[in-house]
Amino acid sequence: MPNASEFPRIETGAAEWVEVEVDGQPIQVRAGDSAAAAVLAAGLVPSRSTPVNNSPRAPYCMMGVCFECLLEIDGTENVQGCMTEVRPGMQIRRQQGARHAEPVTHEDRQS
Amino acid sequence: MNSDTYDLAIVGAGPAGMAAARTAAAQDLSVVLLDEQPAPGGQIYRSIRRPAPEDRRILGPDYYHGETLVRDLDHSRIEYRPGTTVWALDDDHTLCASSPEGSTRIHAQRILLATGAQERPVPFPGWTLPGVMTCGAAQILLKSSGLVPSQPLVLAGSGPLLLLIAAQLHRAGVAIEAVLDTTPAGHQLDALPHLPGALRNLPLLWKGLGLLRELKQAGIQRFAQVSDLRALANEEGRLHQVQFHADNATHRLPAQSLLVHQGVVPNVQLSRALGLEHRWHELQQCWHPVTNDWGETSREGVFISGDSAGIAGAKAAEQAGTLVALEVARQLNRLSTTQRDEQARPALKDLARERAIRPFLDALYQPARSFLSPADETLVCRCEEVSAGELRQMVDEGCRGPNQTKAFCRSGMGPCQGRLCGLTVSQVIAERRGVPVDEVGYYQIRMPIKPLTLGELADLHK
Amino acid sequence: MQATHHSARTADLCLIGGGLVGLATALGLQRHGLNVTILDEADVALRASRGNFGLVWVQGKGDTLPEYAQISRLSARLWSDLASRLREDTGIDVELQQRGGLYLSLTEQEVADREAMLLRMREAAGGDYPFERLDLQQVRDFIPEAGPEVAGATWCPEDGHVNPLKLMRALTEAFLKHGGQIANSGRVESITPLAQGFKIQTPEGEWQCQKVVLSAGLGNRTLAPMVGLDAPVFPNRGQVLIAERVRPFLHYPTGHVRQTGEGTIQVGDSKEDVGFDSGTTTEVMAQIADRATRMFPILRGLRMVRAWGALRIMTADGYPLYQASEQYPGAYLVTCHSGVTLGAFHAGPLADWIATDQTDLPLEVFNAQRF
Repeated sequence: MPNASEFPRIETGAAEWVEVEVDGQPIQVRAGDSAAAAVLAAGLVPSRSTPVNNSPRAPYCMMGVCFECLLEIDGTENVQGCMTEVRPGMQIRRQQGARHAEPVTHEDRQS
Repeated sequence: MNSDTYDLAIVGAGPAGMAAARTAAAQDLSVVLLDEQPAPGGQIYRSIRRPAPEDRRILGPDYYHGETLVRDLDHSRIEYRPGTTVWALDDDHTLCASSPEGSTRIHAQRILLATGAQERPVPFPGWTLPGVMTCGAAQILLKSSGLVPSQPLVLAGSGPLLLLIAAQLHRAGVAIEAVLDTTPAGHQLDALPHLPGALRNLPLLWKGLGLLRELKQAGIQRFAQVSDLRALANEEGRLHQVQFHADNATHRLPAQSLLVHQGVVPNVQLSRALGLEHRWHELQQCWHPVTNDWGETSREGVFISGDSAGIAGAKAAEQAGTLVALEVARQLNRLSTTQRDEQARPALKDLARERAIRPFLDALYQPARSFLSPADETLVCRCEEVSAGELRQMVDEGCRGPNQTKAFCRSGMGPCQGRLCGLTVSQVIAERRGVPVDEVGYYQIRMPIKPLTLGELADLHK
Repeated sequence: MQATHHSARTADLCLIGGGLVGLATALGLQRHGLNVTILDEADVALRASRGNFGLVWVQGKGDTLPEYAQISRLSARLWSDLASRLREDTGIDVELQQRGGLYLSLTEQEVADREAMLLRMREAAGGDYPFERLDLQQVRDFIPEAGPEVAGATWCPEDGHVNPLKLMRALTEAFLKHGGQIANSGRVESITPLAQGFKIQTPEGEWQCQKVVLSAGLGNRTLAPMVGLDAPVFPNRGQVLIAERVRPFLHYPTGHVRQTGEGTIQVGDSKEDVGFDSGTTTEVMAQIADRATRMFPILRGLRMVRAWGALRIMTADGYPLYQASEQYPGAYLVTCHSGVTLGAFHAGPLADWIATDQTDLPLEVFNAQRF
């Protein structure tokens, strides 16, 4: 899903790279990146819609304060993406409106 | 109830927390340093152990100063616990902290809250659009991931961090469409009386002027006295233009990213939840918890230092953290009063110099009125989507303060717990009622100050 | 709308206290054509109304006082009328649902005790008291998420719930719309009975009125003696936890857990005797969460975003105080801990009694002489 909203990456120091999936698409990110950073690198913006009016939102403060970066991570909804470090194979998805009470599953998910 | 016990528990591993830990450990106090981030440094020295940019010139020497502080954490008396979010502080100096393994209780003789600052919320039309983020957020992405905003890029706001981030992104090779300075016209004059204090810290003044020069030499378009800032959306609801007024004309610039900044304000969530006294700081337009010269609050044994006690910057935070540790060492009989005073002398001197420049900066960069009290259509509470107009209507219906408006229109009830609307809500109400902000007051904040699962909370009942 | 004018302020009737009890009563009084003013405190006050759990609850209320059972059920029956009136007046939907409610228990003994209590109440009501005892399987017919530790429940079809904050706002707007005044007068300093009516002194000046209603919750304790009444009320703290917004899944309210119209999950309630401290404590919050997650294990994964403590207005027997002053006719005491359930009663029959000094209801059992 390449588009103009992807955050480009500058020359970085030596680092490991890990593969995660953002909305089902594999992407290489730097070890130590947050899930919110991965979402921006992938250009998945808006990254959520609000439970109040379904308004589109994206990460705003990146420091755990604003709760705008809520994501679905490995089936758990409403996770603060900026406070969650990527792990290899992490499945990151948009948070669509209010969460479900139970863990979510996706048909396209290999389990 | 099981809990670990320490002499000093510190919440927040930024400059104040790290300096306090270092000084306390040197006095042989047992220290636990709790921080919600995965690595030490706070926001100012974020990712300092492993900064992403290859080229050290991008972030500059002030940032790399943090390396020494982080290095000193490697001490047998300091237990550093990253990824640990403090969500409550009970009456008996017991902290409740959440980590991936669940919540634990930590008890300490003395508690230091060094929770730093957050960027001032800057409500303006369109500030919730995807594509708009804070300057601090962009800086975090640069420091920890080497990611830079998608372009065209516009920066808007007021304050030293705006210029710093613009310079850092430029050094990183990012094309900047324009920097929109929203500092109102009269502020240079307002700041003038505070210049003598500022002159005590010439290096910092020179740095600021240097940044301006750097941006100018880079040929970056800069608009001054910008007003009526608006972020405009495309059909998909994401940012595509920035509109503003400057030089007697309305301008529109294409933008994929808009970075905004109106200074930083103390993070008072925990001190508020403790019910400590806070005073309104007119020049900084924010609340400060009340402490004595050694950082101790009205709650005996609970200290606050660094920017969470009032904005003074990273260097000042380091000195303030050192002073708290010395006082704790005195209270716990590791130092006599004379020894404490002697050891405090250099920190006090540096602190005075750092604080001397603040009134000048505070007056110069006080946010324009339109950001403090936005137009009716502007959303104030991002979580519950409450506009300034709705708040004003609540005041007209008789609401006197933020706790009444909260009950009536849910502003402040969302997951951010009022962090992004609290200041604005109090100011909007004060303006509508025609009374000072400190008469209006603030949200009653209650623990837990960060969301945690009911399961995690339930597991504490043993 | 704030009374900041400096001329002499008068009203047919003043209510002291603008919580759910005062507002509902005031709304009912306006229907008698009275010019009504509410005197209210500032932003930070005890404000039990803001801490309300939101149940319109009948089952088990009035176990030892049939008249309390009677007015609670009367109020529940009047509630849909109040809700539609509020919607017409203000456009606000207070999210009233009265499709029945469950009281879950984690021990067989508790279910048995509750059943015995409700059977006694049925007998006292001459057989007209609908409820059922449910086992776990039957509980799951209502709420499939009930956990294996649930021993059973009692079910009452007359129970329901409402959004208490929307109710506060709707009552306020309706009251103002009908010409009512809300004066942020601060705490009332004195009430002086006059030859005709009363004079009320506040930090913001003086009011004069023919009748005065004390609806100040815990504040009534000091106000009542000023008009020859006694209000032996004391605080009892309840803590409530609120979890994040979730898509609708809990379709019935229970005594401890309910899902609000916004989707948030409310979990309560504790009963603590801690004086005037309305704070929250980790120990009690953990205990509340423990019980709720044992009832509904699915709640374990939900994030709690807020908590609060609020002070119930309690009497020794837990029942309300409704009393007219004999010494100073025209002064009334109205106080209870169930401002939501009794809201429709306050806006109807109780207001009628204050306006006309006549009622068919056995309100004399609610006077303070019983203590």
